Amino acid sequence: MNKEELTAMVAEILQGMGREPAVKGSDYRNTAPEPTKKDCGYTDGDFVPDVTTLDLRKLYLTENAADAERFKKMKLKTPARLGCGKAGPRYKTLTMLRFRADHAAAQDAVFSEVDTEFAKENDLLPTKTRCDSKDEYLTRPDLGRCFDEHNAKAIAGVIDHPPKVQLVVGDGLSSAAITANAMDCLAAIRDGLKLRGTETGKAIFVKYCRVGAGDAIGDITGCELVCMLVGERPGLVTDKSMSAYITYKPRTGVLESSRTVVSNIHAQGTPAVEAGAYIAELIDTILKRKVSGVGLHLEATS
Amino acid sequence: MSETLISVGLDVGTTSTQMILSELVIENRAGSFAVPELEIESRRILYKSPVHFTPLLQDELVDGDALRRIVDAEYAAAGIPKKDVGTGAIIITGETSRKENARAVLHALSDFAGDFVVATAGPDLESVLAAKGAGAVEHSAKTGKTVLHMDIGGGTSNLALIEDGKITATSCLNIGGRLLKIAPDGRLTYVSPVLDRLFSKQVGDYVNQRGVLELARTLVQALEMAAGLREGAELLHKLVTREAGSLEAPSNVVLSFSGGVADCIETQQPWLAFGDLGPELGLAIRESRLCQGEYILGQETIRATVIGAGCHSAQLSGSTVFHQNVDFPLKNLPVVESVDALTRLDGPGVLVVPGEAMDFAGIRDLAKNLTASIKAPVYVATSGDMAKALGQALALRLGTDVKILCIDRVRLKEGDYLDVGAPIGPALPVVVKTLIFNR
Repeated sequence: MNKEELTAMVAEILQGMGREPAVKGSDYRNTAPEPTKKDCGYTDGDFVPDVTTLDLRKLYLTENAADAERFKKMKLKTPARLGCGKAGPRYKTLTMLRFRADHAAAQDAVFSEVDTEFAKENDLLPTKTRCDSKDEYLTRPDLGRCFDEHNAKAIAGVIDHPPKVQLVVGDGLSSAAITANAMDCLAAIRDGLKLRGTETGKAIFVKYCRVGAGDAIGDITGCELVCMLVGERPGLVTDKSMSAYITYKPRTGVLESSRTVVSNIHAQGTPAVEAGAYIAELIDTILKRKVSGVGLHLEATS
Repeated sequence: MSETLISVGLDVGTTSTQMILSELVIENRAGSFAVPELEIESRRILYKSPVHFTPLLQDELVDGDALRRIVDAEYAAAGIPKKDVGTGAIIITGETSRKENARAVLHALSDFAGDFVVATAGPDLESVLAAKGAGAVEHSAKTGKTVLHMDIGGGTSNLALIEDGKITATSCLNIGGRLLKIAPDGRLTYVSPVLDRLFSKQVGDYVNQRGVLELARTLVQALEMAAGLREGAELLHKLVTREAGSLEAPSNVVLSFSGGVADCIETQQPWLAFGDLGPELGLAIRESRLCQGEYILGQETIRATVIGAGCHSAQLSGSTVFHQNVDFPLKNLPVVESVDALTRLDGPGVLVVPGEAMDFAGIRDLAKNLTASIKAPVYVATSGDMAKALGQALALRLGTDVKILCIDRVRLKEGDYLDVGAPIGPALPVVVKTLIFNR
């Protein structure tokens, strides 16, 4: 198409816009009946039920199923969003609302902060990495792995002898996970280590914490092992899942492969207390073998 | 990374004695970044013995020495040394379990057959093992259907009702192929006392096929009643063994058959083929209401119970458990559901702690209460995932030289007996026995 043709076409379109439309608005009519407004059972000001309290393993929305009972039995085995039914080609309202609520909870878990009193109430040493806000924490992973001079001094001041095992709690990517699980898990770890003859001193709470902050704590305290309980990146199944990262001889620059991790610590996964008892035994093994991470697995299988 | 466990099964039945050796493959189902979760992933039969006649000294005594010779010969034939056997079960079933020396022979034999080989008996357990060995439990799990399994052996029929792959009820009837023994000329050489008032002929009398089939039809009516396919219960009550539980079958169950008689259901055998009631019993079942609806024959028939004993008796505890100073294997621990019942026992027992996993404070308080009220050794089974945490809480209070065992993920109830073997990785092999002999 050359320039003249294009000009002619634009002119034609502009001219056409001034004319009456071929079909008038009044000519339109519904081909389907208007939906009638159903009584939803609520009036303004009522609270609707909380969709997040429904158990996804039991929620089955498919209509006219061939064998609903059988599907429900299978559904009990997974929290996956199956058997949701549909409204035309789309999700049902309940499915949509629940999805958005779970997604919001996941985002909240990342962006909300652990209560400022948490460390004090649980006798943890409150510290903070070099990050100054959640935004900085999310965009600058490097700053989440180290401490400024003030925080480093605070740690060194309280933990003045190199401990064998330094316990650390970090908010990580889920504050909800820490609030729900960390203290129960920590108590079980302490009990388990005490049973095996290892005493643990004051634990450290780290705000804006990445796993690598444990290495910095290793640098400062000179500890033999760091066990960090940290909030996992939340998903749509749970926003409260926590991991334990155990590093033998943690120092800045250690390889990621030298960490032993226990993940999925939450009420529907491994309960926090039982996980703590398991972690205590694992720490004991790591202290005896003097290796953590992939090295430990290789040793175990060879 | 998988581990294997060799398991032996020995079934000393009314008529036949059989042995199998199988391999249980144990895998960690959790990822490498999570708390381990060991499961028995698959079961493979390594060796099946031929079917031996159960050696009897007289009619009332089991020949223990002959049984030992069978076990030794079968180990040799299988080419598997006895010391390699990690677990297994010996089950004495049917009429043989009522012999005077059954218990003594069985316990001696279980030690003889391997380190952690448990002795079991009782119609409930037999029903469970047969239903698992025949594949009826798996069929129910796969299809979601309710299955009524009947293992029809020499002396007894063991019934198990299976819903969604879980056995929910068991029962046992005095119906089997060997209630009559017939010489090749049609003369009766044995008539079981359970046939009292059901059969007019006596030892020495001659019988013909019609007479035997008539008796078989009567017995099958009792099976129909058990399956809810026939009105009336008098006959059923007469034939239910006194040790057995009761079972009420819902409608629309799939019937499943195993045991020696199951081989005679679809294949017509000459009536004197085995010199007993078996062929006619099979025929009567085929013609009865039992086979009018949906039914299946077990993947295993005559071997169902022994395969159940060899492959399905052992299960694994949870993979986060606690034990200290325990001399494995522990055998025949009675299971109780209250501290009161525990203190009433003469010896040690396993206390069941019901409910969901607790938080740290809950477990600490529980440990405090338990240590105050029960004496060592402390054996506890929790239904929530918290055995390791509870175990370490108990150990902190009782000290490291006390015997403590804490397991989870094993369903136990009052009246069960528990055997626990030496650890396999982080888990413990256990055998739950629902009944041991008559008390």
